[in-house]
Amino acid sequence: MIYFSQRQIVVPGYMLAEGNYEAGRNVYKEENRFYATVIGLAELKDKIINVIPLRGCYIPSVGDVVIGKVIDITTTAWIVDIRSPWNAFLFVKDFLSKPLNVIKEDIRNYLDIGELIIAKVTSFDRTKNPTLTTKEHGLGKIERGTVIEVDPTRVPRIIGKKGSMINMLKKETGCQIHVGQNGRVWISGKNREDEILVVEAIKKIESEAHTTGLTDRVYNLITKRRVSNGKEKTNI
Amino acid sequence: MATSPIPSLKRKQIYELAESGKRIDGRGLVDMRKIEISTNILDKAEGSASVKLGDTYVIAGVKFEVSEPFPDIPNEGVLSVSAEFLPLASPSFEAGPPDENAIELARVVDRALRGGKAINTQKLCLIPGKKVWTVWVDIFVFDHFGNLIDASALASLCALITAKVPKTEIIGNEVKILDEYEPLPINSLPITITLAKIGDKLLVDPSLEEEEVMDCRISIAFVEGKDNQEHICAVQKGGKGAFTYEEILRAIDIAKVKSQEVRKIIPCGGK
Amino acid sequence: MERKKLISDDGRRLDGRRFDEIRPIKFKIGILKNADGSAYIELGKTKVIVGVYGPRELHPKHLAVPDRCIIQARYHMAPFSVKERKSPAPSRREIELSKVIREALEPAIFVELFPRTTIDIFAEVIQADGSTRCAAISAASLALADAGIPMRDLVASIAVAKVDNQLVLDVMDEEDKYGLSDMPIAMMPSKNVITLLQMDGMLTCEEFKKSLELAKKGCMEIYKKQKEALESYFKNIKEEK
Repeated sequence: MIYFSQRQIVVPGYMLAEGNYEAGRNVYKEENRFYATVIGLAELKDKIINVIPLRGCYIPSVGDVVIGKVIDITTTAWIVDIRSPWNAFLFVKDFLSKPLNVIKEDIRNYLDIGELIIAKVTSFDRTKNPTLTTKEHGLGKIERGTVIEVDPTRVPRIIGKKGSMINMLKKETGCQIHVGQNGRVWISGKNREDEILVVEAIKKIESEAHTTGLTDRVYNLITKRRVSNGKEKTNI
Repeated sequence: MATSPIPSLKRKQIYELAESGKRIDGRGLVDMRKIEISTNILDKAEGSASVKLGDTYVIAGVKFEVSEPFPDIPNEGVLSVSAEFLPLASPSFEAGPPDENAIELARVVDRALRGGKAINTQKLCLIPGKKVWTVWVDIFVFDHFGNLIDASALASLCALITAKVPKTEIIGNEVKILDEYEPLPINSLPITITLAKIGDKLLVDPSLEEEEVMDCRISIAFVEGKDNQEHICAVQKGGKGAFTYEEILRAIDIAKVKSQEVRKIIPCGGK
Repeated sequence: MERKKLISDDGRRLDGRRFDEIRPIKFKIGILKNADGSAYIELGKTKVIVGVYGPRELHPKHLAVPDRCIIQARYHMAPFSVKERKSPAPSRREIELSKVIREALEPAIFVELFPRTTIDIFAEVIQADGSTRCAAISAASLALADAGIPMRDLVASIAVAKVDNQLVLDVMDEEDKYGLSDMPIAMMPSKNVITLLQMDGMLTCEEFKKSLELAKKGCMEIYKKQKEALESYFKNIKEEK
């Protein structure tokens, strides 16, 4: 027996179903009853009940690309805030291509507190802090552009189905955009105006994440801003 | 607790933008964020107000207490301002007694109210030399998005101008508090304006991100004198950096105009 | 001293309520931007703002527990929340209430999902008119939900008092002060379990049972309002501007 309609908003403790189902994400089972653990949208797919969260922090997962901020340094690693309940470690060997004598050289010369990196999660199991690497193509220190934060639960929407949203944004603005799974977005454009436009578009996606026709509305926003920015320039 | 460092990338962006007269949230250099004031929001406080300055959110409450006057001003009421940076207001705030920032803020607010003679403290004397009203202003910060000083000063002022003092009856050396109230006697409306120095630019009403990267800040309180001129009634420089002489004068010119703008939006014209 | 009459001859309380009526209740969710989750409650004249941070790294580290997160709660009253100004320094009462509030909420939270971290709950009473701990718990549960923290159920809380030999639901200040007993309760309503129970004053066993029944009815009403508040807030977010 199912007690919700598809994509109904449910609250923690909401009884979703009784009987022969499986508890998916954000669902727990007691006896043969299924309950939601978070505020979210309930979905049933092949007997599996999931609740798509509307709020929540980022939980690391191996293979995720995230954008981190260096907040502290040990002798052999950087401690990185990745907006998860646990800070991540980036060991020297996972950042530098050459060996470094940590006794002779200060690792801050390579990456300092307050600097941002784009990195991949290499291990995590909740009992130990996550570890990161930047030794892959496209990863490393972020040297320019803008980085903004969005609710991590909105990340799938910013990327869009098969990257539809993010690709449209890249194409229309000419900016490079990297969406970290932890809800940080790095935007790098030819000028600040283009970056500001992408920021505005992403804020719109974040606040309207669960509505339909969003890609079109974001597209319209960009073209509209483009026109008014163009006008501004001709006036000067 | 160490506050999380602001990304060096953002620092660069804020300085670059300021250089070309822009800000990260789209404001001009001398624009304040949107101000929302609500007064009389609580019944148990004799005066109360909340101020939203952008996303910065503070509540000020006023309570009265019969107490003894200070020996050097035996015929005047006492003003006491304190501030609590609540741990829910920022990931960098911790529970505990007020730290140096909270104490500095309370004292800056106090000085503006005192220097600007906002309250007619003589009228708060009950028995000369023996009993006076103490006016407690408690500032509670609920959401910290920068420029707590201006938001707190404004909330405190708005709580005071809407505050009601209990009427009293003096029987010998005893003060009997009645169940009737009258408005707190207000003389003037001091308004505090804070500017942050970013490079060689001055930014009015700094946001949290701007505060985190600024060189230093200056808060200036203005009050309208009997001559209808703006008078400075409190100043506080804060932060690690330094101002040039010229920058201070420029800050005063800007703050003067801004304080007049803010004074206009005070509920009921402060009456 | 002559005791104040708290129930009129036609069975009305000082504010006109019947014995089993709760005061008008209002919830607001997501009112603070810095906090990971937040909520505001008005229960009659009692007004409380709650902010939640976490799960986050715990400092100092030695307080961390290897297999679960710890919950830290702080209940605090503003100096202007009461008639006589209260010192802002935490009192013994506030420290005890912080503990029972934490213990009322903890059973609902899946603490084992976040080893070595902390969830911090801060409740600020800006106006007190009785049942402040109950209001804090009911609002905190919404703030936790707003932070996306996995929970077994919401926690709803209410108090029952005995005044003039009558049990009454949702105790206001004067009933607390002049009443014969005060009994705050918190529940996970859909689990039908009690997570906070305190009592002072004097009750017969029969009255105690009746108080529990009345409190349960009150919690169900609070629970209904909590669900409505969450659903309508997140419906707005979902459909948005």
